[in-house]
Amino acid sequence: MIPAVRIENLYVSYGKRVILHNLSFQIPDGSFFIIIGPNSSGKTTLLKTMAGVVKPQQGVVEILGKPLADYAKKTLAQKIAVVPQYTPTDVPFKVLEVVLMGRSPHLSLAGLEQKRDLEIAAAAMAVTRVDHLADRRLDQLSGGELQRVVIARALCQQPHLIMLDEPTASLDLAHQVNIMDLLEGLREERGLTVIMISHDVNLAAMYGDQLLLMKEGQIVSLGTPRQVITYAELEQAYDCVLLVDDNPLRDVPRVTLVPKKFLHQVDC
Amino acid sequence: MNLHQPPLLRRLVSISVLLTLLLLVSAVLGLGLGSAPPQLAESLGVLFGQADSESMTATIIWRLRLPRVLLAALVGATLSLGGLVFQALLRNPLAEPYILGVSGGSAVGAILGILLGLAPFPGVALLAFAGSMATLLLVLILAAGRAASQKGSLLLAGVMVNAFCSAVIMFFISITQDARLHNIIYWLMGDLSQAAPDRLALLLYLLPPCFVLIFLLARPLNLLALGEEVAMYMGINVKTVSYTLLVITSLMVSAIVCQSGLVGFVGLVIPHLLRLLLGPDHRLLIPACVLGGGSYLVLCDLLSRVLPSQGEMPVGVITAIIGAPLFILLLQRSRG
Repeated sequence: MIPAVRIENLYVSYGKRVILHNLSFQIPDGSFFIIIGPNSSGKTTLLKTMAGVVKPQQGVVEILGKPLADYAKKTLAQKIAVVPQYTPTDVPFKVLEVVLMGRSPHLSLAGLEQKRDLEIAAAAMAVTRVDHLADRRLDQLSGGELQRVVIARALCQQPHLIMLDEPTASLDLAHQVNIMDLLEGLREERGLTVIMISHDVNLAAMYGDQLLLMKEGQIVSLGTPRQVITYAELEQAYDCVLLVDDNPLRDVPRVTLVPKKFLHQVDC
Repeated sequence: MNLHQPPLLRRLVSISVLLTLLLLVSAVLGLGLGSAPPQLAESLGVLFGQADSESMTATIIWRLRLPRVLLAALVGATLSLGGLVFQALLRNPLAEPYILGVSGGSAVGAILGILLGLAPFPGVALLAFAGSMATLLLVLILAAGRAASQKGSLLLAGVMVNAFCSAVIMFFISITQDARLHNIIYWLMGDLSQAAPDRLALLLYLLPPCFVLIFLLARPLNLLALGEEVAMYMGINVKTVSYTLLVITSLMVSAIVCQSGLVGFVGLVIPHLLRLLLGPDHRLLIPACVLGGGSYLVLCDLLSRVLPSQGEMPVGVITAIIGAPLFILLLQRSRG
């Protein structure tokens, strides 16, 4: 089977600062792939490189078996939808207008959205449960609502892969589960390949079937949650003491932060 | 869910029709009224073909007022559209059509022309155009090296070049004492009285294609308003689109500045007013700015001719006197 993403000997640098060192890995089609790692380990740069907006200095990035460089910008946007970390809300577009923008890669330069585009937008908004907000302005939404609107816009692109940069950051617990369940549902029902960055190793362990643990632009570990979320790997990446045991719900590991005053209780 | 809001096409058509009517009414008023006779009733006779086309009245209307109304409409349309594009592109609500140094550069050129005693056309106009092109080039080169914060550096480079030009202008003004001072001040305030058919022809060939080209880039402009990153993820070639828009818009503004001087406020007020009325979709805002901005300046120019009991005042005075309070009012309303 052709992998959704194949990366080989990837180097990316901004000026003299090298961000990604010699990465090679594959993301199987239809997987829930979660990238974890400490701050400034190169996660966002990796995502942007896979999405084609950061040009690598060296190496190969293939999307669905075809090199990134061979894609026209518009064709690529029909394959990959990206949910960025931050969405500006200062321009008072309405929810429906923003979701419809997801049709852009499918329209000609001066083309207007047709009835079919409107139907696709309506379906996307129903899936992410923002249909009742269609006429609301972006700046009137809560964080969770805004995130679901941006995901609806991504779905409107009818992509093969969806890439999300910390979609659950700054959301409360209920909304975190809500967004993750939504993504898991999309993966199961539509075969969408989900690639996301997360700082929450427990969410990553619960939902991801493939995890990539990065540090300083290199791969620390790649594999199933059981393979990646181990004390040894995490300690190497994050450089702090953590407690790793079993999650009571799923057969995956669970990570607990260890405050300094409890350090003596941890046996390591 | 609500999918019953009027489709974009229908809104586009109805807004365009409405604003075209407004422009036509403004144009008829602009042709019909003036500081000297003929006044409205007599003019309407000429306009609708019921009077001798060789008469003095007809000559005044077709030879004097028509070029002026056309120039006002083109200047208003270009400045409003220019403001709209720069506000979206630079993601800054205070951006205006002269932002990239077009005003400073052309003012230095024009004032040089006036001081050298050149005729308004082609001498002064050509120097003004050359000045604006030179500063535009300078600003683009200054900002080019730093792609990361492209927008911030463009804005800063534009403001700095304009500030430098202001100093040069002040210097020129301070050493000028004769009648030429009056010409300089008029030019700086915006002046449509130099309209003439031969100069208009150039603008009529140049500007409408630019309007169409900008309209074709309306959807990318919507995406850019949500951030460069989003536009890139939607498959837009952000660099090409941004530079195309920057260059076309500056070119358009330079072309009208060398005919009309610096008409202020139109480019700031009209886009904001229309955005409040119509929402942020550039596919509606672009035609609305062209038609609405044109109407606004035709009416302002009419007031500048009719209001003073003798002579006329520069149109820039009217646009700012109406524009500034209107802008403040809008700001209050949008906060509520």
